[in-house]
Amino acid sequence: MRGKDSGGREAVRPVTGLIPNWDEETIEEMLGEMGVGSVEELFRDVPELALLRESPDIGEGGDEVSVEAEAEKILGRNLGAWNLKCFMGGGSWDHYVPALVDEVSGKQEFYTAYTPYQPEISQGSLQALFEYQSLICELTGMEAANSSLYDWSTALGEAARMALRVTRRRVLVVPRSAHPERLEVLRTYVGPHAEIREINFDRSRGTVPLDRIEEAVDEDTAMVYLEYPNFFGVAEEPVEGAADAVHRAGGLMVVGVDPSALGVLRAPGEMGADIVVGEGQPLGLYMSYGGPYLGIFATRAEPRLIRQLPGRVIGMTRTADGRRGYVMTLQTREQHIRQERATSNITTNEALMAIRAAVYLALLGPSGMRTLGEKILANSHYLQRRISEIPGLSAPRFDSFHFKEFLVSAESVDWRAAVRRLVERGILIGPWVGRWFPELGDSVLIATTERHSKADLDALVAALGEVK
Amino acid sequence: MEGEFRQARWAAGRDILEPTLFELSHGDGYYRFRVEPELLEELGVDSPEELVPENLMRRDLRLPSLAAPEVARHFSRLAEMNYGVDSGSYWLGSCTMKYNPKLHERLAALPQVTRLHPYQPEETVQGALQIMFELAEMLAKLTGLPHYTLQPAAGAHGEFTGALMIRAYHEDRGESQRDEMLIPVSAHGSNFASAAMAGFKVVKIPSDERGRVDMAALREAVGERTAGMMLTNPNTLGLFETEILDIADLVHGAGGLIYYDGANLNAILGRVLLSDMGVDVAHLNLHKTFSAPHGSGGPGAGAVGVVDGLKDFLPVPLVRRGENGYYLDYSVPKTIGRVRAFYGNFGVVVKAWAYLKRLGSEGVRAVSGAAVLNANYVLSKVRRLRGVSIQYGAEDPCKHEFVISLKTLRRETGVRALDIAKRLLDLGVHPPTMYFPLIVEEALMIEPTESDSKRELDRYVAALERALREAYEDPDILKTAPRSTAVGRLDEVLAARKPILSWRMYERLQEQA
Ligand SMILES: Cc1ncc(COP(=O)(O)O)c(C=O)c1O
Repeated sequence: MRGKDSGGREAVRPVTGLIPNWDEETIEEMLGEMGVGSVEELFRDVPELALLRESPDIGEGGDEVSVEAEAEKILGRNLGAWNLKCFMGGGSWDHYVPALVDEVSGKQEFYTAYTPYQPEISQGSLQALFEYQSLICELTGMEAANSSLYDWSTALGEAARMALRVTRRRVLVVPRSAHPERLEVLRTYVGPHAEIREINFDRSRGTVPLDRIEEAVDEDTAMVYLEYPNFFGVAEEPVEGAADAVHRAGGLMVVGVDPSALGVLRAPGEMGADIVVGEGQPLGLYMSYGGPYLGIFATRAEPRLIRQLPGRVIGMTRTADGRRGYVMTLQTREQHIRQERATSNITTNEALMAIRAAVYLALLGPSGMRTLGEKILANSHYLQRRISEIPGLSAPRFDSFHFKEFLVSAESVDWRAAVRRLVERGILIGPWVGRWFPELGDSVLIATTERHSKADLDALVAALGEVK
Repeated sequence: MEGEFRQARWAAGRDILEPTLFELSHGDGYYRFRVEPELLEELGVDSPEELVPENLMRRDLRLPSLAAPEVARHFSRLAEMNYGVDSGSYWLGSCTMKYNPKLHERLAALPQVTRLHPYQPEETVQGALQIMFELAEMLAKLTGLPHYTLQPAAGAHGEFTGALMIRAYHEDRGESQRDEMLIPVSAHGSNFASAAMAGFKVVKIPSDERGRVDMAALREAVGERTAGMMLTNPNTLGLFETEILDIADLVHGAGGLIYYDGANLNAILGRVLLSDMGVDVAHLNLHKTFSAPHGSGGPGAGAVGVVDGLKDFLPVPLVRRGENGYYLDYSVPKTIGRVRAFYGNFGVVVKAWAYLKRLGSEGVRAVSGAAVLNANYVLSKVRRLRGVSIQYGAEDPCKHEFVISLKTLRRETGVRALDIAKRLLDLGVHPPTMYFPLIVEEALMIEPTESDSKRELDRYVAALERALREAYEDPDILKTAPRSTAVGRLDEVLAARKPILSWRMYERLQEQA
């Protein structure tokens, strides 16, 4: 290639097997039929000044064999949950992914399709997404859901924006015990026009006390947000009280959930939530170094909420002759119609991840979700007890009910170094929370999932005893 | 070629193709995780439930209950009632529905990708950081924009990120009065929405009769309040903005910045640097140009690149290479903050990396060459068909896509672009994007991509030709289309008037009826 061949035309060499028409003969034939002299002629409207004579150098292309080999070599430098035991938490967890979930999301009909703009030929993804919405509603105790946002953090950002729109107010009351990165995203999403009132958590219990919430709520409050469980693994207990307080003041209650807890913990819909957001990653998605994930977004069925939903929503409808079918609906909220007055800019979402979650929830059903929660609870409570028996360590740091993760603290341990020493023993824990909470510099987050056996937990306890 | 196409149509009953999971439900659960009895013994409880405080205990969980084979069949049947890129051609304009190389799926499914926790110590994720770093480096070379973040999860998310950076840039220079974002009327809806979300007032710039930015109107619009302009080039009509250098000069001259929407990068990959067009900040859709699949709507990834002058505003963290390997750098002085937790859709990033490794310098140019060749080839045939007109830029070559207007067809036969689209479904090809951009009447936006062979291009043209012919000869076929798909036309008005967004809402309505 390098520029042009002697005929003043770009030399053509078939590359990669991905581009069927890219050979001299086919190009000639097509140009001949069009009455055009060369491919370059098709770029004649590009100003000469901007037109490159040759491609920027990104290296030579490879065949499948060599690209796979290179990828495996680079990725082979990673360590992770396939060769270490992963007890990490903080918004991403090493849950088990049933094989059926991979099987379904690997079907080309789902993963290569676009957004279902033509419903007649896309009933498969439309129904799967409607079922996803329905399953999320059952799990969270809500009535309406959208078909996904990017992740929990952006779902929170959208919930805050929605609360500002619905209430036409400007104050957002948020707990300091929420995931710090989520709160950062919330700030980015609402910008300078909203006021964020951050409430501190109780130093001994790790949750925000109801009286502090009640104090912070007034007639300017658009929403109160709580996480269930929160960043420290504690189920924020005053959800109901907070909901009462914010409802009395005319604002909205937004609850963020880890759905893996909802087989054993009460649904936020029962506790007064108006909007539920959350992270779908535990529902059949891998950790994947942080993404792709699945932003859960569900609300009550009130029209003032439904008409303000961000993102795509699938609805059930009928054909003229009465057959049931599904379509994307309430599209007048969306950017392609409403433009700058849309409820959100989101277009591409995480549909395939939502389909994965639907398969996961369908497969597990009520017994799977309940025993998932039970196994995690048994693991986590056993682990809390055993770790607290290690001299010098205390677990959980907070005196509250914890679900799958909790803080372990120690006065004399440098956790950043200990985390690395544990890697050498085949174990991942963390993150160290002093990174975000200076007053918790002595604490590290440890999570357990249904992947862990008692032997795994005992191995962690033994290793912690050695590195502390 | 006149073949016949039929999509699978499962039929559980007269009115139902496939029952919902809720209708298929029976029993009270089949799947179980086993709690080790030793744990319960150690904890001194009979059941883990006892560990939950009374006031937090879940009482009822109305999830459907199915055994694994039933779940597998249910979703297989649904899949059979869905059409993907591997089913056949899928020329959705603006969406770049190219083939998704299977190697990338295999790589992204490796445990070395999937089973990495985002907070692992950096020395344990050197491979992941290297992939991110190398992709950013290749994107920088391909665009001329030296600095990248991979944090945004999609194109629109990238627009929001870019718009926030533009705002931060002006505020930093003490020019916070710059609150207007200029956007051509032909732009994608997300541009307007993203600018508004970032706090800008949107100023719409009309198109001229050639389908390009109306320079006179732009001259009128720029001024002290101009923060920037959002553009895609080629634009949504598939036409190159020939005045791009003047546009950039004009906006820069007024103190504004140029945002580039990379949705249409496939047309100019390896042929034009964004930096040479005066672009200051751009997003690239890794799920369009860079071959990652669309997943029935997502996930995607929206890499954002910037010139030197904006690098201090990028979201944190950034992946860098230091003496001891790759690391995450949180010390970006004037960062706009985070737009998402963690670092972006890494699983998608791997696919884009593999694509560029596979193509290399030569391959990227072949992509844009073939994409533009294919589009012009199809345009040369389609423009001659009865009922079709080209509303803008009829004299110019198109780039990777083009937009036809069926207003003549509508006037002459009463058949709309929508009807033609529905008929194309019967003829075995996925219809083009409809009614976008809004400035073209009865628009169909056609983007063949580089993935389809000449034979497939001819087959598509034949299908379109047939549908148009039928419009003149037997319009009823079109108005009642499609018939070969799993279901016929659906009542979208009903769906919006009486929203049923979940099985709960459906049951509630049933009870009321
Ligand atoms: C021109 C244009 N701009 C922006 C977008 C938004 O990108 P995404 O869907 O990745 O958010 C799209 C696609 O939907 C598009 O076609």
